[in-house]
Amino acid sequence: MDLNYSAEELSFRDQTRAWLEANLPKDLRDKVANYEHLSRDDLLRWHRILAKKGWVAPAWPKEWGGTDWNVVQRYIFEEELGYVGSPPLIPFGITMCGPVLLRFGTEAQKKRFLPRIYNGDDFWCQGYSEPGSGSDLASLKTKAVRSGDHYVVNGQKIWTTLGHYADWIFCLVRTDSSVEKRQEGISFLLIDMKTPGITVRPLILMDGAHEVNEVFFEDVKVPAENLVFQENKGWTVAKYLLGHERMNTGRIGASKRELAKLKDFVSQRNIVDVRFKDRLTRLEVELMALEITNLRFLDTMRRTGQPPGADVSMLKIKGTEIQQGLTELMMQAEDPAEAAAIAGSLGPRYCSMRKTTIYAGSNEIQRNIIAKMTLGL
Amino acid sequence: MNFDYNEEQQLLADSVRRYLQKDYDFEARKKIVASNEGWSAAVWAQFAEMGLMGLPLPADYGGFGGGAVDLMGVMEAFGDALVVEPYLPTVMAARLLGKHPILSSVAEGKTRLALAHTEAGARHRPGHVNVVARKTGNGWTIEGEKKAVAGAPIADMLVVSAKGPDGVALFLVESPSAEVKINAFRALDETRSADIVFKGAKAEKIDGGLAQIEDAIDFGTALVCAEAVGAMKFACDTTLEYLKTRKQFGVPIGTFQALQHRMVDMFIAYEQAKSMACLACSKVDASANATERARSVSAAKIKISDNARHVSQEAVQLHGGMGMSEEMKVSHTFRRLTVIAEQFGGADYHLERFAGLQ
Repeated sequence: MDLNYSAEELSFRDQTRAWLEANLPKDLRDKVANYEHLSRDDLLRWHRILAKKGWVAPAWPKEWGGTDWNVVQRYIFEEELGYVGSPPLIPFGITMCGPVLLRFGTEAQKKRFLPRIYNGDDFWCQGYSEPGSGSDLASLKTKAVRSGDHYVVNGQKIWTTLGHYADWIFCLVRTDSSVEKRQEGISFLLIDMKTPGITVRPLILMDGAHEVNEVFFEDVKVPAENLVFQENKGWTVAKYLLGHERMNTGRIGASKRELAKLKDFVSQRNIVDVRFKDRLTRLEVELMALEITNLRFLDTMRRTGQPPGADVSMLKIKGTEIQQGLTELMMQAEDPAEAAAIAGSLGPRYCSMRKTTIYAGSNEIQRNIIAKMTLGL
Repeated sequence: MNFDYNEEQQLLADSVRRYLQKDYDFEARKKIVASNEGWSAAVWAQFAEMGLMGLPLPADYGGFGGGAVDLMGVMEAFGDALVVEPYLPTVMAARLLGKHPILSSVAEGKTRLALAHTEAGARHRPGHVNVVARKTGNGWTIEGEKKAVAGAPIADMLVVSAKGPDGVALFLVESPSAEVKINAFRALDETRSADIVFKGAKAEKIDGGLAQIEDAIDFGTALVCAEAVGAMKFACDTTLEYLKTRKQFGVPIGTFQALQHRMVDMFIAYEQAKSMACLACSKVDASANATERARSVSAAKIKISDNARHVSQEAVQLHGGMGMSEEMKVSHTFRRLTVIAEQFGGADYHLERFAGLQ
């Protein structure tokens, strides 16, 4: 048993860290550190810097721009991205649509979309949730009716993250309402956001930020060639994607950075309250436990070649609890007399992080997944 | 990075597990616990036969020079089976004996040891030692009281911490004797323990002081973390089995989401505990310095104290009335995990220790 990275892995980490430190533009780093709003340009600028280096899609096959790193190297890279404090890599293209096309797409679809995703030419968003379909995703009602060489889409999506930045949206739509098993009448469609009939309306969250949207579809004509995999087999695609979406939800690198910041903050403000310090230590220990657990899963993956099972849901549950805990303590560590600072940044950040236990399959849904897949309940 | 046991560690853990499944099942254990002695000499002899006694001892004394990671799989198996024999007290005390010739007899299973360190009011602070050692002629005598010394009623020799002219030092004392009065009792987890009164007991001074005591306690804490992992695994497995078989309202109670989510949280607590036990044992074996070792062990014990309590309480709750019954092994696992949660310091103690080592 050896919990340490090998010499090669350490040198990979050091090189990665040095490159990221040297190439992350200062203004972007400052924006992230101050929890400021990131524009479409900010996000794409960082994306393109990584694309130019060849590091924007490490998990993709080499022929499409992947790095050929093993799972441990990919993990180290992701953690370093978080630790250096870079803007988030927008997952919808690189870690969601891309892997779907690689697994289920036609050659034509791959050639058309993958290079543009890689280079940051197209900004993607995800059209899953609907007003009546949150955790119960398979109940979705947005309809796509085949008409000649087109589908005609009608309905509404909600909580569409960065939909107002997006050029394209991948959607789950209902193509057969007659089936008894609801999962069987769903298809996976790629839709150009500039198509007539699409309206994007902002949903402002309690931190005041515009991050998510409602997207309305009214007689939107989508070429049939934009169907991914078979008609009515979209659920298979969605399930595959769920695994990808949850791969990196531990967010350990970013949480380590936040923890270090919080500790600095606590010592600057000379907080001596033992109860506060106990909560801080407990959180630090939680993060240690999560990191080792994550490494254990990686070690298993590397040796068995098996993709992570439902146990990865646990990383999402614990990772998001830690992220929330950090913002909560950070807000509470501030001098109450600095209410203006709390209202300006720490408070909204705390408010915003409540989303983490809700999005990407709520933590309750993650528990359902573990209960069913791992425990056989 | 590698979280597996090596081949030798795995083989040993497997053979210990097989032996315990065959000869130390819940019924066999019940008889041992109910016996006058409260432990089994035959089981102890078997442990020695399997090489467990020698495992952490130096090679010159019939040992294998093993570290905490080498013992992890064994401790997990002990936690699963709820072994009451005083293995941990013996190996902890042996760690303080350096190259003492008595270790050969320990390796053979002929001598059992205990570490007499805890005193009333110490509340796990290692430096709290009021037992006194006095120089008499060319030897030493010990005077004072030790409390809750695990394994003491069964031990042939005690390693005793005492205050000498140069601070806290270590002594080897024969037990029992006219000058070493053992007030034996059964701890909450059914292991044998004792309060001890030393009245001018003859003692042999051995090397080491507070730093060595802290090292031995960290070693013992890491091992008890591994034992907790084994006990938690049993608690999780048996509770899951119960949820699948116990029917109410015409269905297995495991179909209820309120219980499913609690079961999932138990499972997560076990996984997190396992990760921290790996950390504690690795760092006891290989740390740059004592601070790094202590920080890692304290971090692990914080998590394991919290999670041992969580898992054991939930295991009983999800078993309903059956969880309360002495007939069910899970109630004994509950008792062991309850003791482990506070053994060598609970979460509160280790939170303070961890924060002090920044």
